[in-house]
Amino acid sequence: MLTALLVMSILALVLGAGLGFSALKFKVEGNPLVGKIDAILPQTQCGQCGYPGCRPYATAIAEGEADINMCPPGGEEGIQKLAELLGVEAKPFGAGAAPKPKAVAFVDENNCIGCTLCLQACPVDAILGAAKQMHTIIASECTGCELCIAPCPVDCISMEPIAESVTTWKWQYPVYAFIPSTEATRR
Amino acid sequence: MRQLHRFHGGVHPPTNKTQSSETPIIASAMPSKLVIPLHQHVGNIARPVVSVGEHVLKGQVIGKADGRLSSAVHASTSGTIATIGYSKVAHPSGMDDLCVTLIPDGKDEWVANLGADYRELSHTDIRHRLRDAGVVGLGGAVFPSDMKLYGGKHQIKTLVLNGAECEPYITCDDRLMRERAAEILLGAEMMRDLLHAEEVVVGIEDNKPEALAAMQQAIVDGKHARMEAVAVPTVYPGGGAKQLIRVLTGIEVAAGVRSTEMGVQCFNVATAYSAYRAISYGEPMLSRVVTVTGNVERPQNYEVLLGTPVAELVAQAGLKSGTQGYIMGGPMMGFLLPSDQVGVVKATNCIIATAPTLFPAPAPTMPCIRCTRCAEVCPAELQPQELHWFAKAREFGKAQDYHLFDCIECGACSYVCPSNIPLVQYYRYAKSEIWARERDKTAADTARQRHEYRQFRLEREKQEKAEKLAQKERAALLAKQQADAAAATANTDEDAQARIQAAMARVQAQHDATQPRNTANLTPEQQAKIDEIEARRAHIQELAHPEADLDKHHEPPKE
Ligand code: SF4
Ligand code: SF4
Ligand code: SF4
Ligand code: SF4
Repeated sequence: MLTALLVMSILALVLGAGLGFSALKFKVEGNPLVGKIDAILPQTQCGQCGYPGCRPYATAIAEGEADINMCPPGGEEGIQKLAELLGVEAKPFGAGAAPKPKAVAFVDENNCIGCTLCLQACPVDAILGAAKQMHTIIASECTGCELCIAPCPVDCISMEPIAESVTTWKWQYPVYAFIPSTEATRR
Repeated sequence: MRQLHRFHGGVHPPTNKTQSSETPIIASAMPSKLVIPLHQHVGNIARPVVSVGEHVLKGQVIGKADGRLSSAVHASTSGTIATIGYSKVAHPSGMDDLCVTLIPDGKDEWVANLGADYRELSHTDIRHRLRDAGVVGLGGAVFPSDMKLYGGKHQIKTLVLNGAECEPYITCDDRLMRERAAEILLGAEMMRDLLHAEEVVVGIEDNKPEALAAMQQAIVDGKHARMEAVAVPTVYPGGGAKQLIRVLTGIEVAAGVRSTEMGVQCFNVATAYSAYRAISYGEPMLSRVVTVTGNVERPQNYEVLLGTPVAELVAQAGLKSGTQGYIMGGPMMGFLLPSDQVGVVKATNCIIATAPTLFPAPAPTMPCIRCTRCAEVCPAELQPQELHWFAKAREFGKAQDYHLFDCIECGACSYVCPSNIPLVQYYRYAKSEIWARERDKTAADTARQRHEYRQFRLEREKQEKAEKLAQKERAALLAKQQADAAAATANTDEDAQARIQAAMARVQAQHDATQPRNTANLTPEQQAKIDEIEARRAHIQELAHPEADLDKHHEPPKE
C-alpha cells in the first residue's frame, strides 16, 4: 500500500516536472491561428489582399479585421480552405479580384539598365543583379507577384505564363463523352 | 513444390493472346527516321550530347543520364541527327517533349562496345554500366534498374522475375521467354549476385505453358541452383508486382512500403535479358520486343528499334481498314496514342490498332448504384466506389485517407462496374491533382522561407544602418564636447591676448620665412653688384638725412 502510494506520488512528480518543462520549452509564440492561416495562403507575397504580404494578411484574418476572399493567387480553393479552417461560409471573390494563370517574371536583358529597382521590390529575392549590371530572374524562385513590373523605369520586365509540360501535366476531370481506352475494352 | 498464395479480387477478361503468340519474334524493318525521346524513363530527362548534322553510330550515347535518378539514351542505329527539338511523344498528355530525330544511313554500324564478364566487375561498376546503357524496367514502369540493384541495404531473400504478363493481347514477354530463356536467366544470376539474394523465382501465368517449359528447361540446362520457374493462376492483374510477390511468397507488401524492406525485389523478365546484354555484350538498350496486334492482318512480335514511328511499325503487320487509333500497352491499363508518328519507347510493350469492331463504344455511364462489385475485384483491397465519390467531389484529402495511392490503376473495377463509370479516370485525375498540390505546397514553403529571410535581412540592414548612424552621431557629439571644453577654458582675457600674440608670431614667422625668390642662389658677381648698389643707396640716404644718426637713438618725431 505504502509502496503504491510512493510510486504514484513519484510518478506524479516526474510527470508534472516533465509537463512544466515542455510548457516552457515548446511555448508557442503569438497566435497559433496566424500560422495555420499562413500555411494555407499561397505565399506569393503580392499584396493584392491589401496587406504587405501573406503573413500580415493572415494576422488580419486571425484578428477578424480582414475577410477571407481577398487573396486572388490562392484561388477559390484557398477561400474554401480558409472557410473550413475558420468554420465560416465560403464566399466568392470581391469585385476586381480574380485569380490569374500562373506566370513568372522575365527581364528583357537587352534593355535592362541595371538600376536595381526591381531587385529591391522583389519580396522573395528572386532577382539577381547589381548596380549597372544586367539583372535576371531566378525563374524557379519567382512567385509571379508582379511587384517588380511597376518599378522598372524602362519597362523591360514582362510576365510569361507558365506552360504545362509532360512532367507537370494533369489528368483532366473525367468527361463522360470521352472514351478512355480502359473502357473501350468492354465487349 | 512451392506453396502458392492468393491475392484479393481480380477479373478474367478475354486474353486475346493467341493471335500474336504463335509466331517467332522478327526484326522490324529499318524505318525512314527514328524519333527518340530523351525522357523515356522515370527521373530526370537525359541531357542531349549530340548536335544537329552530326553523324552517330549505333549505340552511341545521344542523351547522358543527368542526376542520380536518370538513364542514358542512345542512337538506335547509325545515321545523321536531323533535329533536336520538341515533338509529340508516346504519353497520354499528347504533349510535346524533347526528341532527337535520327535519319538512318542503313549501314547499322556499331560504335565500339565492350562486353565483360559481370563476375569480374565490381558491383558499383555494374550499376554504372547499366545506367550508361540506359537499362530501365521494361514491364512498363521504366524505372532505372541500377537504382533497384543495391545489395546490402536490406537483406533480400527472394528475387522475383515477373513473366506473368497478365494484360490481354500482350505476348512480348511470352515470346521472349520461349526464345531467349537462357539469357534471361543469366541476367537473373547477375541480379541475384548484385542483391545477394538467396533464391530466384520466375512467375509465369499458366496460360503460357510453352514459356514455362522453356524457362524450366533453361534452368536445368544452365545448371542454375536455387532458381525456380513457377506457374501462377491466370487472373488479371496477377502481373502487378505486389500481386505476384503475394502469390509467390505470401508476403503482403503494405501500403507505402517497398518490397525490398520485406526481403523481395522484382524485375520483369525482359529487364533481366536487357541487363545481361548490356553487361556481357556492352549493348545498350536500343530495341525492345513489341507486340503489334488488334486490327492488323498479321499480329506479331517485333524486335523494334527505339524511336521507330508507330505508323511504320504497324504497316509491317498489315494495317486493316477501319483502324481509328492505337493503344499503347494493354486494353486495361494502356492509353490512346496522340499520333501515329510518335516513336516507340522503352515502355512500349504493345501497340493495339483499335477499330469499332474490336472495341465497341462503351454503354452510357450511369450513377453508381453502390453494388460494391468493384470492391470485390480490387486487388489492392480498396473501396473503389468511395474513392470515385471523393475524387468526383474533389475531396482529395478523403480520397487519400481511403488509400488512393495504393490503387495500381489496373482497371479491374471499371471492368466490372455495371454503371460503366470510368473509375480509373477519376483516380488518375485525383492523383495528378494531389501531386500538383504537393508541388504548389513545396513552392509556397520555399517562398515563405525566402520572404522571411528577406524580412530578416532588411531588418538587419536597418539595424546596422541605425547603429552606424548612432555611432557617427556619438563621435560628432564627443568632438563637439571636446571643442566646447577647450573653448570654455580659453575664455579669459589673458588667454585671448596670449592667443592673439601667438597668432601674430605665427604670421611673422611665416612672413620671415618668405624670402623673395630672386635673391636666392646669386652668383658672386651679382652679389657684388647688389652690395655696391646697397652701399650707394646708403650713401644717398645719409646725404638726404643728415640727422640719421640721431634717428637711431630717438623716437621718430611726431608729425
Ligand atoms: S493576395 Fe498576395 S500577399 Fe495577399 S495573401 Fe494572397 S498571395 Fe499573399
Ligand atoms: S521576380 Fe518579380 S514577379 Fe517574381 S517574385 Fe520577384 S518581384 Fe515577384
Ligand atoms: S484500378 Fe485501383 S481501385 Fe480499381 S480495382 Fe484496380 S487497384 Fe482497385
Ligand atoms: S461497381 Fe460501379 S456501380 Fe457498383 S459500387 Fe462500384 S462504382 Fe458503384
